[in-house]
Amino acid sequence: MRPWLEKQLHLIDFTLASLARRKTKNVGLLLAYTLIVFVLASLSLFTHALRSEASYVLAGSPEVILQRMVAGRHDLIPPGYLDKIGRIRGVQKKEGRLWGYYYDPVVNANYTFMARPASEVADGTIMVGSALARERGLAPNNTISFRSYAGKLFGFTVAAVLSPDSELLSADLVLLSESDFRRFFEYPEGHYTDIALSVANPQEVRTVAAKLSAALPDSRPILREEVLRTYQSLFDWREGIVLTVLAGAILAFAILAWEKASGLSAEERREIGILKAIGWETGDVIRMKVWEGLVISLTAFLLGGIAAYVHVFHFGAAVFAPVLKGWSVLYPRFTLVPAVDGLQIATLFFFTVVPYTAAVLVPIWRAAITDPDAVMRA
Amino acid sequence: MIELANIRKAFNQGRHNEYWALHGIDLSVEAGKVTAFRGPSGSGKTTLLTIVGCLSRPTEGRVRFKGEDISGLPERFLTDIRRQSFGFVFQQFNLIKGLSAVDNIILPGMPTGRSRRNLVERADELLDQLKLGHRSRARVEWLSGGEQQRVAIARALINDPQVIIADEPTANLDTALSREFLAILEGFTAAGKTVLLTSHDPLVVESSAVHRVIGMRDGRLTAD
Repeated sequence: MRPWLEKQLHLIDFTLASLARRKTKNVGLLLAYTLIVFVLASLSLFTHALRSEASYVLAGSPEVILQRMVAGRHDLIPPGYLDKIGRIRGVQKKEGRLWGYYYDPVVNANYTFMARPASEVADGTIMVGSALARERGLAPNNTISFRSYAGKLFGFTVAAVLSPDSELLSADLVLLSESDFRRFFEYPEGHYTDIALSVANPQEVRTVAAKLSAALPDSRPILREEVLRTYQSLFDWREGIVLTVLAGAILAFAILAWEKASGLSAEERREIGILKAIGWETGDVIRMKVWEGLVISLTAFLLGGIAAYVHVFHFGAAVFAPVLKGWSVLYPRFTLVPAVDGLQIATLFFFTVVPYTAAVLVPIWRAAITDPDAVMRA
Repeated sequence: MIELANIRKAFNQGRHNEYWALHGIDLSVEAGKVTAFRGPSGSGKTTLLTIVGCLSRPTEGRVRFKGEDISGLPERFLTDIRRQSFGFVFQQFNLIKGLSAVDNIILPGMPTGRSRRNLVERADELLDQLKLGHRSRARVEWLSGGEQQRVAIARALINDPQVIIADEPTANLDTALSREFLAILEGFTAAGKTVLLTSHDPLVVESSAVHRVIGMRDGRLTAD
């Protein structure tokens, strides 16, 4: 056991000395590889954290939202629907909701107006999302006017700015009282934009949705899990877009790293020849070079991973945030809760450390199996 | 100690550029003596040394080392024999740049599993014997040609081999350093080691330190 251990220590010792002797090449390789890991890890950590954030925020949203479709378009829910829904077994709670989009030409952004009970928002006042407040420079007690359905300016006093904790979903939100909402959009009494439902038994959400579709054929039930899935796909899609855009740069760095890693210089070949001639086995040479590859790729993996973690969870992923998290021109600002799982790390490891080690191994194996007499002829 | 029977060696066998470097060499090398191969470039001296030193295999013929036929042994066993029984001094010294003299010397000892301390102690002893102890921690590229050769000799001795193989050992040395090498050669034989070397240098082949000189031409032995 002892000689075997000593031999491995010698190999590691020689590997480290060898890395230090080719400082420029190895530092360059390390930087290129760290950058690749940083980009991939940042994307992966950020989108994963966004998905977790979305799941967390949506956990408090209604299990089913019922919309009415007319000629394939979303239309207002007419009076009487709430009563009909009340007769369907399994529905625990139902609430008509009033909301609508509003385009603000001042900042070229879309806001979401949503009615809340008068107990929460008094007439003539609004509560606004943090991003909107930032964009329009609003603070509590400021006033702001929006042009209503009738084309007249409608003035509101800002009662409060919504907490930045919920900014992922409330960035563009304007909460106003139901009566203000109806006057602003000229929605008739008893009409709603959609209906939010909660179901007594979460296992029966799909059954209840099927019953709703049967009872109200012009309705479209949207399940919370579908909304969540949409969010997940949205972030997947955005991640894919960023990856596609960055593919060229990532590929260029990957090729550079691959070439540098797999290309053996004349000096390295000579050294392998010398080592073999003086009694190193082919396996010893390969092990030594694999150690070399592992030291570089693992260091790059750790450095890139840690840098990505700091970038995403301490600096809000400043590099990718605009592409990944926002919609409209109002980008939400929020602190992501660190969410990292084993699968993510394993995937990243598989796509970074493993190809690098393979890149190192093949040329080394080729060089290591050449006859040691070559060194006598050099 | 070493017996060669009808050794033939071809390069690029079966290809259009097939070349036979050795044509049926029969030779017996005596233990504890210095044997030199003399001949023009391309005469097959180096090829013969690589076969004797288990660095390559003959295309035909048999190599016996200490009575055992080693020509058909797998690579792994040949490496073991090479590491334990042979020490090499190459014409260009073939030291690894960026490493110190001591770190170069201990390289052949690393695969044996001896501890670093043990190897370094032995390397320091060898350097002291070769009067280079004061340069033991210097990087080899900072050493003179003669110093580099002494490092290469110390490296060849680190595993205490029975046979030293030296290819044109004085080709890169001036006369004074060549004489120093001959003195070292005498030390080898005094220690009971067998030495095989190739050389063009009259200073070497005509020296009293060399016990036997074998001529070579066109892949054949010409005369003792």
